[in-house]
Amino acid sequence: MRTARETINAIRCGELSADRAVGECLDAIQRKDPDIGAFLSVSAERARDRARHVDRRLTAPDGAVDLPLAGLPVAVKDNLCTDFGTTTCASKILEGYQSPYSAHVVERLERAGAIVIGKCNLDEFAMGASNEYSAYKPVRNPWDGNRVAGGSSGGPAAAVAAGMVPVALGSDTGGSIRMPASLCGVVGLKPTYGRVSRYGLVAFGSSLDQVGPLARTVEDAAMVLSVIAGHDPRDATSLEAPIPDYAAGLGKPIKGTRIGMYRSFFADGLEQHTRQAVEHAIDVLTGAGATTVEVDLPHAHYAVACYYIIATAECSSNLARFDGVHYGHRTADPDDIIDLYAASRHDGFGPEVIRRIMLGAYALSSGYYDAYYLRAMKVRTLLRRDFARAFENVDVIVAPVSPTTAYRLGEKSADPLAMYLTDVFTTAANLAGLCAMSVPCGFDDRGLPIGMQLIGPVLSEQRLLALGHQYQQLTDHHLREPA
Amino acid sequence: MSEPITETQVRHIASLSRLKLSDEQVHTFAHELGAILDYVRQLESVNVEGVEPTGHAVDLYDVFRDDEVGTSLTQDQATANAPQRDGAFFKVPKVLDSGAA
Repeated sequence: MRTARETINAIRCGELSADRAVGECLDAIQRKDPDIGAFLSVSAERARDRARHVDRRLTAPDGAVDLPLAGLPVAVKDNLCTDFGTTTCASKILEGYQSPYSAHVVERLERAGAIVIGKCNLDEFAMGASNEYSAYKPVRNPWDGNRVAGGSSGGPAAAVAAGMVPVALGSDTGGSIRMPASLCGVVGLKPTYGRVSRYGLVAFGSSLDQVGPLARTVEDAAMVLSVIAGHDPRDATSLEAPIPDYAAGLGKPIKGTRIGMYRSFFADGLEQHTRQAVEHAIDVLTGAGATTVEVDLPHAHYAVACYYIIATAECSSNLARFDGVHYGHRTADPDDIIDLYAASRHDGFGPEVIRRIMLGAYALSSGYYDAYYLRAMKVRTLLRRDFARAFENVDVIVAPVSPTTAYRLGEKSADPLAMYLTDVFTTAANLAGLCAMSVPCGFDDRGLPIGMQLIGPVLSEQRLLALGHQYQQLTDHHLREPA
Repeated sequence: MSEPITETQVRHIASLSRLKLSDEQVHTFAHELGAILDYVRQLESVNVEGVEPTGHAVDLYDVFRDDEVGTSLTQDQATANAPQRDGAFFKVPKVLDSGAA
């Protein structure tokens, strides 16, 4: 399987045309996706058109120097709007919805010469950790089709892991890039909140959502981040901070890096092979000159509770727009306007989405607001302080991503709380606005992938990427491919 | 301190959220939401005295732009996905005097 870097190089030197690169991806999708379910839609004709356009640009005198991703086939999660194809958020309520505009990140990718070939499956409205809550079909793990791919960006992760595309964009609100990256054995980066514009990302938890890359190598993730990061006046929460040259910074050696370890993250409840793989990865890093320091995150075990109040409160507000009036599904024969809203929403939303809307509405409702939402926002402050304090003594915190490797389809989906508890290591970074990345660090005795999580302070992506890249020079987990 | 959520409360929340639930769903959700609320209630044991709430993950305030007209969607684009439309209008059942809450 070619990485994005290899694909771009091959196209630049004329070894491979953009048209053929796209064609190969379309073939791979056709062959492999019926067993995986990573894609909800593919825009083949448009992709080939754009590929031919890129190929023409590459023969021009300027050699398309302004297209750093020239010819690179990419896929994006179907909660990112595209002005072509459909944007469904894996929900029935948006079945057939054609967005009149494209998300900022989609514009950036295509302006850099990349070619979006399709929209990837996800848990409905990005709510889930296994990608079993898609209203259309679950995503199956490319390493074992009876197991989950992780969620909510299961489609992007599986598409990359199975070699259907070299890179994909996902979104992460409570772990939705990192969890599927870990379970599918690929790299998944959640940037600092505000690093990447959310314009065109269908909102779930507005103070938590971020778009980020999934790829097979850290180098590829760095390349994509360079293109999608940066201020966007259309997203009032996007940061004006300058964009470092992420690719140039990858060579920074590991020696001297202070790695923080929070003991409780490695205690009981963490599956044995996962613990061993992450601890061994830390050994590799210390072998290369890093040091480990114990850190304390006293409020980390409240992160899941905090998250499921704040994220659901925000989503209950964000999903109010799906009312059967302006777009999407509308119920036939409503009794009156209220029935139109209530029946359309009931018909169009899946049970997990309904659950979260109600939880959020409850937490915000009169009489409960102080006890739930306001309190959760205060605990969020305490969690931010915990990390700020920890990062005074360490450069990066290393933790697991998922308490287990990929479990069987159906194993947790009937118990919402059990599913929520799988977010135990990932939600804290969203609550604190930090950047965090999952990097493949091993496999269990069934050959299922394990990811380690690198968590850094606000705007420290360069640090995470350098550490991850150097780790990948010393290991080969990321080179293994599913059968 | 385990206070399960009642079916009456679930109906109220469903009404606020404009969700038409069946009796069976009200029953199931009461059970599921009860378990989740039980779990999140552990935040009660945190000492939050004097702690300011965090609304934004990163400190940004008063992000404004100049009050100038820019490009936006055309009426056609904005109504293109409407289930029912009448020219530039989204068509819905009458809102006033419908007797609905």
